[in-house]
Amino acid sequence: MSHSAANLLRVEQVVKRFGGFRALDGVSFHLDPGEVLGLVGPNGSGKTTCINVISGLYPPDGGAVMFEGRPIGGMPMHMLARRGINRTFQSPKPFLSLTVRENVEIAAAYGHGPGRAAPDLRALLASLELDGLAERAAGDLNSAQQKTLDLARALATAPRLLLVDELAAGLNPAELLRMAERLRALAADGMALLVVEHLMGFIDRVTDRVIVMNAGKEIFEGTLATATRDPEVIRVFLGGAHG
Amino acid sequence: MKLRVGDAVLAAAVVALMAVLPSVYSNELLLFNFVMFLTLSQGLNILYGFTGYLPFGYVGFFGAGAYGFAIAVMNYGAGPLPAMLIAAAAAVILALVLMPLLRLSGAYFAIASLAAAQAVYQVISNPALEQVTKGPYGVSLTGVFAPRLSYYVAVGIMAGTFALVVWLRNSRFGLALQAIREDTVSAGMAGVSVVRFRTVAWLLSALVAGLVGGVFAWHISVFYPDTAFDVGISIFATVFTLFGGATTLTGPLLGVAILYGVYNAIGITVPQYFQLIYGTLIVGLVMFLPNGLVSLLTRRGIRVP
Repeated sequence: MSHSAANLLRVEQVVKRFGGFRALDGVSFHLDPGEVLGLVGPNGSGKTTCINVISGLYPPDGGAVMFEGRPIGGMPMHMLARRGINRTFQSPKPFLSLTVRENVEIAAAYGHGPGRAAPDLRALLASLELDGLAERAAGDLNSAQQKTLDLARALATAPRLLLVDELAAGLNPAELLRMAERLRALAADGMALLVVEHLMGFIDRVTDRVIVMNAGKEIFEGTLATATRDPEVIRVFLGGAHG
Repeated sequence: MKLRVGDAVLAAAVVALMAVLPSVYSNELLLFNFVMFLTLSQGLNILYGFTGYLPFGYVGFFGAGAYGFAIAVMNYGAGPLPAMLIAAAAAVILALVLMPLLRLSGAYFAIASLAAAQAVYQVISNPALEQVTKGPYGVSLTGVFAPRLSYYVAVGIMAGTFALVVWLRNSRFGLALQAIREDTVSAGMAGVSVVRFRTVAWLLSALVAGLVGGVFAWHISVFYPDTAFDVGISIFATVFTLFGGATTLTGPLLGVAILYGVYNAIGITVPQYFQLIYGTLIVGLVMFLPNGLVSLLTRRGIRVP
């Protein structure tokens, strides 16, 4: 087996069209266990679409998504969850009328596939500071708490690959710092993370390397420090992107 | 599964009450109708309360059950109990045929299910099918008429339906259905097979209506397509469920007790006052208690069975 086939996630020349618009136009990257990859780029560059395709919300229109060496493109979400892929949502979508505890219980009961240890839900809620809210309806939580619950729901399935879509937006500086530490700790335990975020400070603190996207294409891959010196990246972020 | 005791106690109490009432109260048809709506509103609760799909055409499954029973008895000489199985099968088969409706949601689903029920009604009542269904002329099943036995079978079906709702309220499966109701995408990401789970709820809900339709045919033994496919049955089951509060066991029970009680007290003698009271109650409910009567308690954090 070549090294490339052993990657946890391989995204190869993935294309996603919406009508005539190519939201993803041949994107390729890979991710290994314990690695944190940042996905940055202007609005509409295809970051969230990329997460949506990997997590099974949309089937890709071209290319391949490989997880643990097997193609997963177009597989339904619940099967991906059981295989070990999970995600958070840019606008969190908890089960509002159910309690916080029930929200994570469902995910642990159904999304937790064979071959992975079930997480201790009590400890999980405590680690995310949701333990005091366990019996409250998710609809009673504020938006930052709902985002954290969304993360808890994803983590309750004990994923091997976690896709994080703008988790940091709306958090205060102290919460941001704690969230960054949490994500690093997950990676230290061997989880692979793909992080979409606009806050560069957060990206800098969390990621090992970044991919910069523009108009559905990857324009840079490397560390964030090098990205900020890349002329193409500077052009895209500071204007003239559509010129 | 952590069973909330209140659920089981309430279900058992209502079943026991309906089982002993015929020995102290002589209007058995009225009692039968109560049992019928107590069961139908819980059957609708399985679908609406747990998955969020509101089937205005719920009566279609009821009618399919009634005619499944009638056809088995009339055309194949089946006894009432085998005919009940045919009633159940007819409703479940109809639900399987109508599964594409689940691709719709909200009002579109509600209207499409109503249209589907009407389509079945048109087929059953078609004079060209007189040999099979007796068309618009109605069926007579006096050969199997057994009001007392059929009443107790209806109570049995009610008990089974209550048990199903209690199970849904206390099981992971029921929780997963509620997750689907809240958000299909998050439910999928929580590992819930959305399509498969809501299909199960759909079929269970249809099964309940089919069994009730079958036992209805058995109990009254003479009826017409307009009786078995009366949209009023859908409306009653829906309003009773929403009035009391879906997803609970108590809500639909309260809805039937209050609204069907009012209907039987004055709905036939002074229908204009009934319509007035009924309309006022429903408008008031929609405006002030959209989650039903039980929300008076649940929004204060009180758990309702």
